[in-house]
Amino acid sequence: MLSIMLAIPAIAAIACLFASAQGARWIALIATLVDLVLGIGLWANFDIGGPQWQFVENAGSLGVFSWKLGIDGFALMLVMLSVFLMPICIGASWVAITERVQEYMAAFLITEMLMIGTFTAQDMFLFYIFFEAGLIPMYLIIGIWGGANRIYASYKFFLYTLLGSVLMLVAMLWMVSFSGTSDIPTLLNTDFPVRVQPWLWLAFFASFAVKMPMWPFHTWLPDAHVQAPTAGSVILAGVLLKLGGYGFLRFSLPMFPEASAQFGWLILSLSAIAVIYTSLVALVQSDMKKLIAYSSVAHMAIVTIGLFAFNRQGLEGAMIVMLSHGLVSAALFLCVGVIYDRLHTREISRYGGLAINMPRYALLFMLFTMASVGLPGTSGFVGEFLSLAGTYRVSTLATLLCTTGIILGAAYMLYLYRRVVFGEIVHDDVRAMPDLSLREIALLAPIAAVVLWMGVYPESFLAPMRSDVATLQARIARAAPAGDSLPTAGKALATPVAHAEVRP
Amino acid sequence: MNASLLMTLPELVLAAGAIALMLVSAWGGQASTRLVSWAAVAVLIGAGIALNGPASTGGAAFGGLYRADAFAAFAKVLIYGASAIAIILAPRFFAIGRGDDLRPEYPVLILLSAAGMGMMVSAGDLLTLYVGLELQSLAAYVLASFMRRDARSAEAGLKYFVLGALASGILLYGITLIYGFSGSTLFSEIATAYGAGRSLGLTFGLVFVFAGLAFKMSAVPFHMWTPDVYEGAPTPVTAFFASAPKVAAIALAVRVAVEAMGSATDQWRQIVIFAALASIILGAVAAIGQTNVKRLLAYSSINNVGFVLIGLVAGTQEGIASVLFYLTVYLVMTLGSFIVVLQMKDAEGQPVETLASLAGLSRTRPALALAMATFMFSLAGIPPLLGFNAKLAVFSAVSHAGFYPLAVAGFVASVIGAYYYLRVVKVMYFDTPSQAYSGRATAVESVLVTLMALFVSPVGWLALGTLGVWTNTAAKALF
Repeated sequence: MLSIMLAIPAIAAIACLFASAQGARWIALIATLVDLVLGIGLWANFDIGGPQWQFVENAGSLGVFSWKLGIDGFALMLVMLSVFLMPICIGASWVAITERVQEYMAAFLITEMLMIGTFTAQDMFLFYIFFEAGLIPMYLIIGIWGGANRIYASYKFFLYTLLGSVLMLVAMLWMVSFSGTSDIPTLLNTDFPVRVQPWLWLAFFASFAVKMPMWPFHTWLPDAHVQAPTAGSVILAGVLLKLGGYGFLRFSLPMFPEASAQFGWLILSLSAIAVIYTSLVALVQSDMKKLIAYSSVAHMAIVTIGLFAFNRQGLEGAMIVMLSHGLVSAALFLCVGVIYDRLHTREISRYGGLAINMPRYALLFMLFTMASVGLPGTSGFVGEFLSLAGTYRVSTLATLLCTTGIILGAAYMLYLYRRVVFGEIVHDDVRAMPDLSLREIALLAPIAAVVLWMGVYPESFLAPMRSDVATLQARIARAAPAGDSLPTAGKALATPVAHAEVRP
Repeated sequence: MNASLLMTLPELVLAAGAIALMLVSAWGGQASTRLVSWAAVAVLIGAGIALNGPASTGGAAFGGLYRADAFAAFAKVLIYGASAIAIILAPRFFAIGRGDDLRPEYPVLILLSAAGMGMMVSAGDLLTLYVGLELQSLAAYVLASFMRRDARSAEAGLKYFVLGALASGILLYGITLIYGFSGSTLFSEIATAYGAGRSLGLTFGLVFVFAGLAFKMSAVPFHMWTPDVYEGAPTPVTAFFASAPKVAAIALAVRVAVEAMGSATDQWRQIVIFAALASIILGAVAAIGQTNVKRLLAYSSINNVGFVLIGLVAGTQEGIASVLFYLTVYLVMTLGSFIVVLQMKDAEGQPVETLASLAGLSRTRPALALAMATFMFSLAGIPPLLGFNAKLAVFSAVSHAGFYPLAVAGFVASVIGAYYYLRVVKVMYFDTPSQAYSGRATAVESVLVTLMALFVSPVGWLALGTLGVWTNTAAKALF
């Protein structure tokens, strides 16, 4: 099943290269939709509460690594996110891309395959191969179809992330020579010597912090986003940024719990700085894509503090923020793309008053703005609340600092919304802009539905991950930091019962 | 004696074939070029077939002067393959009508060089080593200056000859020192002498021998000739230089290091570590400023030699197997890149070799650009291409031997290298087309380049299992 999901985009990518432009569009759309259907099938057949690893496939060894696939709840959710966003990306490029369509579609399909592969790989080297190979199509997407400064951005993206990853590879080599296997489920239960863990942790951190991206390793992101075509930004923000979080969740935490606890302060302080700094930077951006790119860094910081809170709320919150951010930032980039296609500028000051002539656009944009801010009822709220609640039990100071991110987030997002959508129409060309076409509504509406679904009934998304969160939590419990917020749920319940017995 | 002759059958086939073809070309003159070329390819295939049997399993021949083992056989397969491709590529390059036509001596010289390389990788004695090395080198000097009317080609040949003679001198000096202090030129007895304890003379000999070999494989700090010779030599010859002699020199160094100086591993390891790191870093940094594709590939070959040497640092069977695996993948990537370079011709059909002339290749020749991009990403070591598996293999071997700092340094340096490989992709894919290309690839070239690109692509994973068995068998023969 998983191999088929990998094979379909790969075959379609090759087919695209030989098709006509219109043919390539249809091939890509059909292939991604088939993968979406398969993904839904995966979710439907996922046995919640069943074995940790499901849909396991093992096709044997290929030299140093073996072709072994399988998913748990975390991987399932992220695979779903990838296959859900992919048809939308193809749809978003339907008319915007007119040059070298075949190669473009092929690059996207390859990216989809690599993303699914990264989330489903059960062999550490196989994971690395998928993880790194994603650089090639993204390099080409940014470099060929990007904006004016695309070449600089593509180099920066490629070399920055490559440098982070090679250190991880050395750590992987050490781990394999220590444990004798590159099988991820086995490694998850291997206790690496506490003495070595910090080195391994730092090597993995170098890679994931860049991918995440965490402050101060985030500088590639705004450049890449601004220069990439709309669909490139969508896939970058929607799925690629999740690789870092997934990596922390899959490798750093369960494999090096002691080192994770030891470096918790580093994560918390970098995240707190990221939230405040990037939010302030976002506030002064005049380019819409850059603004959303900086807001992505801030949201990803909420993911990292949740992960390194070492408790259930934190972990679940981090996952939900990842999913929610994947949807919301993707939708926001699409919203920017919609008006960029009409006016070919991303300057905020060139717009204004869109609510007057584009009411449907204004409504959907409003919804996603609110979700990004974290309004209750949208997915953003669920994730941020859980994540911050988890962090509160570890560090009240970090939580205090990170919570300001929500206020600042509201500030920059609402400021953006006001400048673009409200007010009078100043420019004549803006007045001439038509409202959303049917195609654009078809792109944005499904995301809006899922954002609301996740906001109102997050249980659908939490349930498949529940037992995996419990497993992970049990694994890292021995290293969990004490925390400075004293009340714990267990004691608070026990004391009133004791009082009740004594008083009468 | 008969058994010994059987073990050297591939070299005998090559030598006899070369002499016979030389006579044919003497009588046939210019007209026989085509015939001699294909006959030379047939001779190489024949030598490859002769590798079956005693030539790959026989063990020591001529009282230990010559080794016919799986290691030598594996290296010879690579050498013969690369030599055959160098012959096949030549006719189209030389057919440019400047009076520098391909002459029938070209395939003959390559055959002689291949015979020399066969002796190098089979050497079990310092003198066999030297004779093989000189046979290979002398043929190569002539090949470098094959375009007589081209000043750059003549310069390349002269430069190669003078510096090569110097390196041979250094190597010979090392050999005399080792002979003087160990009393023998046989690898097995030299190994005993090194095992007996540290001796200043032997250490000096070791240093000189490694310096001489480093020149032949163009490892830093003996790499200076490489860019000039690669740039000046005719492109098919450059492709040959970057592939077969490199394999031979590295295989030879591996054999000397393991068989003759295995008991002095700690002594040569420092030299190899330095040469490896210096080659990787210099190869990567110096390539950044290059505008000529052939110079760029020269620095790329220096860079790759560094990675191969990292496998040798491990000094284990796994390390040697990874060296052979890396060499195989390197050979394919490099020859593939050179075939693409050979396609670069301007509107008049004159070969061009500046990086800028590749601009927009993805629009004018999409399939060719895709192949070149595959080779470039693979050389940069980006998964899922085979170049990554090769790097992983050498680094895996060296980290199993405990050299983690070396692995970290090597990987970080490989990121620098990625920059200039990316630059080639950038020029081909991001820049607008600069000029029209004339001519199309011949069927043979298209087939070769397709097969090579498929080999380094994930399709090549299917070959990993078999290749792993072969490299392991070959490496085992040394221990």
